[in-house]
Amino acid sequence: MSLREKLKITFGETKRAAPGRSRYLFNYRRIWKSVVLITGGVSILPLLFITLVNYVTIQHSIESEFILRTTRIVSNTRRSISFFLTERKSALDFIVHDNSFETLNNRERLEDILENLKRSFGGGFVDLGVIDSSGFQRNYAGPYNLQGKNYRDQEWFKQVVDSGVYISDVFLGFRNVPHLIIAVKGPASDNSFYILRAALSLSPFEDLLTNLELAGSGDAFMINHNGILQTPSRYHGKVLEKLALPVPAYSVKSEVLAGRSQDNEDIIVGYRYIDESPFILMIVKNKDVLMKHWYRTRLKLIAFLLISITIIVTVILRTASYMVKRMKMADERRLFTLHQVEYSNKMVSIGRMAASVAHEINNPLAIINEKAGLIQDLFILRKEYADDRKLLDLVNSILRSVKRAGTITKRLLTFSRNLDTSIETINLKQVVEEVLSFVSKEAELRAIETTVEISEDIPPFESDRGKLQQIFLNIINNAYASVKDEGYLKIKALREGNFVSIKFIDNGCGIAQEDINRIFEPFFSRKTGQGGTGLGLSITYNLIQEIGGRISVESKLGKGTTFIVYVPLNMKKGENSEKDAGIISG
Amino acid sequence: MKKMRVLLVDDEEELVTAMAERLSLRGIHADWATSAEDALSKLENNRYDVALLDVKIPGMSGIKLKKEMEEKYAGMKFIFITGHGSEADFRAGSIEAGPDYYLVKPVDIEELIKKMNEVTEK
Repeated sequence: MSLREKLKITFGETKRAAPGRSRYLFNYRRIWKSVVLITGGVSILPLLFITLVNYVTIQHSIESEFILRTTRIVSNTRRSISFFLTERKSALDFIVHDNSFETLNNRERLEDILENLKRSFGGGFVDLGVIDSSGFQRNYAGPYNLQGKNYRDQEWFKQVVDSGVYISDVFLGFRNVPHLIIAVKGPASDNSFYILRAALSLSPFEDLLTNLELAGSGDAFMINHNGILQTPSRYHGKVLEKLALPVPAYSVKSEVLAGRSQDNEDIIVGYRYIDESPFILMIVKNKDVLMKHWYRTRLKLIAFLLISITIIVTVILRTASYMVKRMKMADERRLFTLHQVEYSNKMVSIGRMAASVAHEINNPLAIINEKAGLIQDLFILRKEYADDRKLLDLVNSILRSVKRAGTITKRLLTFSRNLDTSIETINLKQVVEEVLSFVSKEAELRAIETTVEISEDIPPFESDRGKLQQIFLNIINNAYASVKDEGYLKIKALREGNFVSIKFIDNGCGIAQEDINRIFEPFFSRKTGQGGTGLGLSITYNLIQEIGGRISVESKLGKGTTFIVYVPLNMKKGENSEKDAGIISG
Repeated sequence: MKKMRVLLVDDEEELVTAMAERLSLRGIHADWATSAEDALSKLENNRYDVALLDVKIPGMSGIKLKKEMEEKYAGMKFIFITGHGSEADFRAGSIEAGPDYYLVKPVDIEELIKKMNEVTEK
């Protein structure tokens, strides 16, 4: 069975009922749909809405929190770097003003100063060089042999001449090691100038940036305005390589942007242009790693939502199905009662009409009877007529016909009289034969062989004659409807303890196995469109319940059907009263 | 054996006259009346063993007529005969006469005579 079939809600096969009747019934599927949609809507939509609002708010506040934290780290780090550079710049400025060009041209003095700088500023300084106004390096203290180099054509030299101070990008230079330089212009005695130039290693920056505690696989590094890495990066390249990310737009304050990395990961980029330097501080964090905890919580939230919706939907579906089924049952019971009332009203009307017709016919019939009887009497009793056999035969024929007509009208009268509730002593054979007499013409015309076997040990018993007649008539009519011409119907009655069982065995078309449990339900009919109302057997079932009996059925499709009616020999008091027979459940 | 005397009361004159004649042919003295008044006036001068009454007679119901006749002539027996078999009529008729003596038209003459003999012998 597929899932679709499992979920399919059925309310019984209402579609089998005659088409005209459904207008009295509600459209249960539509009611079911409305109930499900409305209750589902009012319970699930607010839940979804609140969850969505919650989700967006939490995600937004978490993102804001990360942005704020990144901004703060960027600001603090920028301050440290600025301070580092300013401190060294100021130190050099102090040296050029405290010492004359001549003093600084003393090799030992310059080496002492370098030594003192290294001691006081804790590293970073690699060497010191004194360059005269023509760009020629006059004095040098440090590990490289750079004495006598000429920097006149280099860009930084021109800049420091113009603006008095210069902080370079990181570059390899003559020494072929990444470094940066800070150069300050100092006054020489002959109204000229000279330049004190210090090379700084990258290790203080590296220490500063690598020691930052950054969440979310954070990476802190510096680039220049062209996007060339100035310090090594953990994930985005080596020193002097080009950064794959775009260079962020200039801003005077710390900024945080969201973007995507070259590996197509969501990232948060915090940056700050460092004043009076070519550097931009960058802090890059992986958003997915940052949001990891939130994603886990989010998953739980979604799972909770889905479970809630599943439970709500299940409860709604079950409740709606249950309620609509109950409604359908009540509705059908109402309709059944209506039809039953209609049916009994019809029977009473038929009974009244039959009685009145019988009465009207009986009077003239009685006159014919007496007149013909008198003629007969005269023939028999008076000698002068006695020899005319032909006339006597005619009179006898009239009398026989009158007797036949009288039998029919008497039967009609009995039938209509019994429609009213009356408990009386029943002679089963008589009742069965009476009922058969109503349908004997059909049986005769269609050559249906009808046999009756009533066991001798069935005593006369008290029951409702009218109801028994209707029960038998309904079952016999059904049997005749199902058998073909020249078929048979066998009626066998046996005593079974306190019950009489009456079997109606036919060789008709039979009932399909799946229908057997439903044939006593109201409106169940396979004769729809052939005049079947689907009420005959359910009314029969009700009538049997009312006289305290029961009915069972055995059938084989194509072979025939046997209905067995059990009638109690001792009808209990009150059994004849109206009661709620479990019709719907069959 | 004494000749039985019967009074037939029914609004159908054709019926009662034919019945009366048939009974006469069988040696029963039969008078007839077609209304309640007629029947009661017949009783003024005659005595009958059995009255055969329709349940519905013009002027009076058969039941009421039976009561009046009983008052006048105690010991008289009754058989009801009717063309109507409704429950109300059946109850009324069979309570008054006993279900066996309530006959529905058309009646077989031999059966009627049998019933009359039974009722008079009771």
